[in-house]
Amino acid sequence: MKKLKLIALAAVLLALPTLALAEEQAVSELTYILNTFSFLISGVLVMWMAAGFAMLEAGLVRSKNVATICLKNISLFGIAGILFYFVGYNLMYMNVDGGFMGSFAVWGADDAAALAGDYSAGYSSGSDWFFQMVFCGAACSVVSGCVAERIKLWSFLLFCVALTGLIYPIQGSWVWGGGWLAEMGFSDYAGSTLVHSVGGWAALTGAIILGARKGKYGRDGRVNPIPGSNIPMATLGSFILWMGWFGFNGGSALALGVASSAIEQGNVYINTNLAACGGMIASMIAVQLMYKKTDVTMALNGALAGLVSITASPAAPSPGAAILIGAVGGVLVVFAIPFFDKLKIDDVVGALSVHLVCGIWGTLAVPFCAEGTSFVTQLIGVVTIGAFVVITSSIVWLALKFTIGVRCDEEDEFRGLDIAEIGMEAYPDFQHVNTK
Amino acid sequence: MKKIECIIKPFKLDDVKNVITDLGIAGMTVSEVRGFGRQKGHSELYRGAEYQIDFIPKVKIELVVSDDQVAELVSNIQKAACTGRIGDGKIFVLAVEESVRIRTGETADDSL
Repeated sequence: MKKLKLIALAAVLLALPTLALAEEQAVSELTYILNTFSFLISGVLVMWMAAGFAMLEAGLVRSKNVATICLKNISLFGIAGILFYFVGYNLMYMNVDGGFMGSFAVWGADDAAALAGDYSAGYSSGSDWFFQMVFCGAACSVVSGCVAERIKLWSFLLFCVALTGLIYPIQGSWVWGGGWLAEMGFSDYAGSTLVHSVGGWAALTGAIILGARKGKYGRDGRVNPIPGSNIPMATLGSFILWMGWFGFNGGSALALGVASSAIEQGNVYINTNLAACGGMIASMIAVQLMYKKTDVTMALNGALAGLVSITASPAAPSPGAAILIGAVGGVLVVFAIPFFDKLKIDDVVGALSVHLVCGIWGTLAVPFCAEGTSFVTQLIGVVTIGAFVVITSSIVWLALKFTIGVRCDEEDEFRGLDIAEIGMEAYPDFQHVNTK
Repeated sequence: MKKIECIIKPFKLDDVKNVITDLGIAGMTVSEVRGFGRQKGHSELYRGAEYQIDFIPKVKIELVVSDDQVAELVSNIQKAACTGRIGDGKIFVLAVEESVRIRTGETADDSL
């Protein structure tokens, strides 16, 4: 129960920065410093996940689209950072009070109390902004892989502006901002729903509105594989994401400055790791059994599936339970990938299977181990946030489609987005360079 | 025996492969090449400096067939690989003097 009390306490602290802690002694400077440090270093690890996404996606698209996907990944992260400063943070956290959204205001630091010796805020306001901002970037990264190889660059980036500036913060306010879902008891420790399935829903609507890549689906229901260009990069990307996840889940303990928080973070790291292991092994075995040979890309997706699955509640489960939760995610992914292909929804990297499907599973699995939560509440959260993101993201995608267009020309798709959109190649060998 | 060499646009490979195998021809060799004809290249900008990309990625298919298959094959390949836009490629037919299957030592039409 101590863990739940700490989480509840931290959640209240998030919504109202200056709150005197009546039941516990005054927050010491050391506690304040360590909490702040936890946000900062965890935030750095989550930022590093952006590199993971970039490498994973670059490895799973064809050579002719690699430079574009690298550009998309780094630029969306820049957009997230800026939008979260000007709009996102306060829209997600300021004056939510059980409502549906925060306030429109540029974020500003508010550490006067701490500078005067009152550390009851628990951590510096900037460290919280930094930590929350990188999560916003992560949600956006999920979309990029799914819609790759046929989306127009600037249309995608404009979508990111809407996702990071409005859609993500508003649904985030319902839970972490202290909004109506939080008051109902919905629990999402590090973002299986708030980050991963949000990215997943936005990717789903995007993939449907965009349509599949040319040649991906044949006339008689045939699915044509379009293999990625670089397995080592995809593997490196998965490892980087795994490492970053320790910050993603660990930092979501929201504290490090007392022994119980430090212990909690340790447990979170263990469960996060074990869930990835469970997911990966389960995927490998499932693929081996189903297809008589295993598949490296499925194993990578399986590890990520395990990580997404545990993200909703990485502190409460026992290590054994964490392995199982991850393993279920790993198996779900193996079925989800061909399932989406059957629906002719072309997901280049398996983002829908990993982030959407396992995000939902992770959220619904919370009541197995975490006290004070219920399936019904979790389901309400999944459905309402899902509906909100599906509707708003569809509006944005369609608005883009009917103004500047979202899909590149057929000719550009064949030539490759690298040449068509940005005029350079990722692997420009065999060029006779002749400067004018 | 004749050798057919075609240079085609890369995304047309599957279509051309299908017309070849539909005619009952058992094998072919494919390579990734770069080249240009009248299509020429285009100029690009890299870190502020302009340069010319002359060589466009293409796919080259080579196969050796018996004389009676050539006419239909060339016609089918041309139809399959054609998009109507410049850069569609070319088909060449060359005479072949001898052909040997390495595994069995068969020669001439038996080796095709």
